[in-house]
Amino acid sequence: MRAVRRVTGRAIPLNRANVDTDQIIPAQYLKRIERTGYGPFAFEAWRKDPAFVLNNPAYAGAPILLTGANFGSGSSREHAVWAVEGLGVRALIAPKFADIFKNNCFQGGLLTIELPQADIDYLMARAEELPQSELVVDLESQTVRTADGAWERRFEIDAFRKYRLLRGLDDISMTLEYEPDVAAFEATRSELLPTTTG
Amino acid sequence: MTTSGPRTLSEKIWEQHAVPSPLQEHARLAALAEGGGRGATGQPGERPDLLYIDLHLVHEVTSPQAFDGLRLAGRRVRRPDLTLATVDHNVPTIGREQPNPDPLSAQQLEVMRQNAKEFGVPLYDIFDIRQGIVHIIGPEQGYTQPGLTIVCGDSHTSTHGAFGALAFGIGTSEVEHVLATQTLRQTRPRTMSVEVTGALGPGVAAKDVILAIINRIGVDGGVGHVIEYRGEVIRSLSMEGRMTVCNMSIEAGARAGLIAPDETTFAYLKGRPHAPQGEHWEQAVERWRALPSDPGARFDQEVVLDGSAVQPFVTWGTNPGQSVPVGGRVPDPSSFATASQRESAERALTYMDLAAGTPIRQIAIDRVFLGSCTNGRIEDLRAAAKVVAGKHVASTVQAMVVPGSGLVKAQAEREGLDRVFTDAGFEWRDPGCSMCLGMNPDILLPGERCASTSNRNFEGRQGAGGRTHLVSPEMAAAAAIAGHFVDVREVL
Repeated sequence: MRAVRRVTGRAIPLNRANVDTDQIIPAQYLKRIERTGYGPFAFEAWRKDPAFVLNNPAYAGAPILLTGANFGSGSSREHAVWAVEGLGVRALIAPKFADIFKNNCFQGGLLTIELPQADIDYLMARAEELPQSELVVDLESQTVRTADGAWERRFEIDAFRKYRLLRGLDDISMTLEYEPDVAAFEATRSELLPTTTG
Repeated sequence: MTTSGPRTLSEKIWEQHAVPSPLQEHARLAALAEGGGRGATGQPGERPDLLYIDLHLVHEVTSPQAFDGLRLAGRRVRRPDLTLATVDHNVPTIGREQPNPDPLSAQQLEVMRQNAKEFGVPLYDIFDIRQGIVHIIGPEQGYTQPGLTIVCGDSHTSTHGAFGALAFGIGTSEVEHVLATQTLRQTRPRTMSVEVTGALGPGVAAKDVILAIINRIGVDGGVGHVIEYRGEVIRSLSMEGRMTVCNMSIEAGARAGLIAPDETTFAYLKGRPHAPQGEHWEQAVERWRALPSDPGARFDQEVVLDGSAVQPFVTWGTNPGQSVPVGGRVPDPSSFATASQRESAERALTYMDLAAGTPIRQIAIDRVFLGSCTNGRIEDLRAAAKVVAGKHVASTVQAMVVPGSGLVKAQAEREGLDRVFTDAGFEWRDPGCSMCLGMNPDILLPGERCASTSNRNFEGRQGAGGRTHLVSPEMAAAAAIAGHFVDVREVL
């Protein structure tokens, strides 16, 4: 996992609730066996509408995505995270994220910041009116602020997740350090539990 | 960490699978290092547990990058004997014996084969009679048992909760984590009880129950929770019906959904190929009987729904919470409480090409899809066959039945259901996810309207521009005959 400390830049106002992973990356692109290269297909159907926010050149390459509640609902496809990353986005800000999507983001070091709806409404309006205005998402201090420092909010994040994100620590290698504990637990499992190779 | 006092079913399973390890201590130290930031629970640092996984189901779409990760790091699959792979999402449901015309699909299926071979994972491949939708084959083979932890790189893994297992969907990085360690790091979810009281009326299906629940609590009502479905209606459902209910837990945003095991569960499992046999059976049943939530166990949220008031539902919008009883009308977006809901309803009506106020029964359809992990089991096919027997699909409709597994297909053919369907003008296909997700050749054309027994009516879910209405198998069958939605209770 790549380490992440701070994300600074313009924010894309995607003002919709319940954005599902079928919109983020349509199923036909799930045939690919790679982890990268999904950016061009992100939000494919919605991008056919010239008025769609991602078609506005003012937001091209912006690293922050502002969106409505329950973003990432639906399918568990991590391809949705890879697609959002492929757009150049490094931090997402919403009132609430779908559980599996949020876990998947964490795995790749993509920040999911939860703020109350009123703060999202403010940031959304600001990004719509002033597309060039920038935000600073700072993981260390757990704050989102406008670049001019006039507005700032603190966000909550699990401390252990924060610790790993700041250091880019990979879950698998950390878990493998618990191998003796896993083996000890495993030795207590009933032999009557099902196996798939018998 | 164990809870003292009465515990819920999901808490019991959780605690039985939390590997004692220094993980929590490490989390505590990390929290101190970060100045004690508070987690979502309000406690200083959440308490991640290392959950041991009893059964890991794998399919071709969400696993290639995970196996690749193992290869790159020189890792093996820790417990291939607790892992089972199949191909379902990306398989054609017709003309399988021909070379796959889509090179990307062919490659993905071939990579699944190679990975299974290289890492020693058992695979029910495309010509294996046991091949089918991953959430249908686990229960069918008797692998899915009460009290197990079950994961799969697929959000509908919640299906297995019908047996009183704790089962949830994970992403590809987590698939890799489970392959490498047979464990998963998870923070404990909150609990929600959804009790469905009374008795269902005739013609009302398990699908209608879950659509009614989602309509009630909303598509994000279950976020962060495990739902336990309870009450007389749930108890009276068959295992197939219970699987339909648990399957769509994710459509309410829930991490998982489950139902306490009982005599219905045991009767379904007994004699299945991988269920415990002989004296082991009795021991297993004894263990399973201790699983149900203790009297007095507390849930973080409780919802009660009157089952006798549930009607056959039809979705009109582009998320599974946008639904209405079949006797109703397409709602007016201005009737919704919040701006976000109004906007969402307006967008949905535009996408669905529906006018507010249109009676549901006047909506004409072009396609019917009967199948999926939600409604692709033998009981679903029987229920639909009962409606279509002796009738014919409307001339304006193209209808297909896709059994959930090779064994469901074989069973249906033994019962003559295939003939009932083909005589009525349905296509009878080979097993797979098919038109549920629009990634294999079975897709809607832009603008086509489908009565579907699947689980998601998102924009483009069944093919770009396609319009999906979610219904029960009975309702889909009745719509196929009439060419538009009808109240199945009037034709039964």
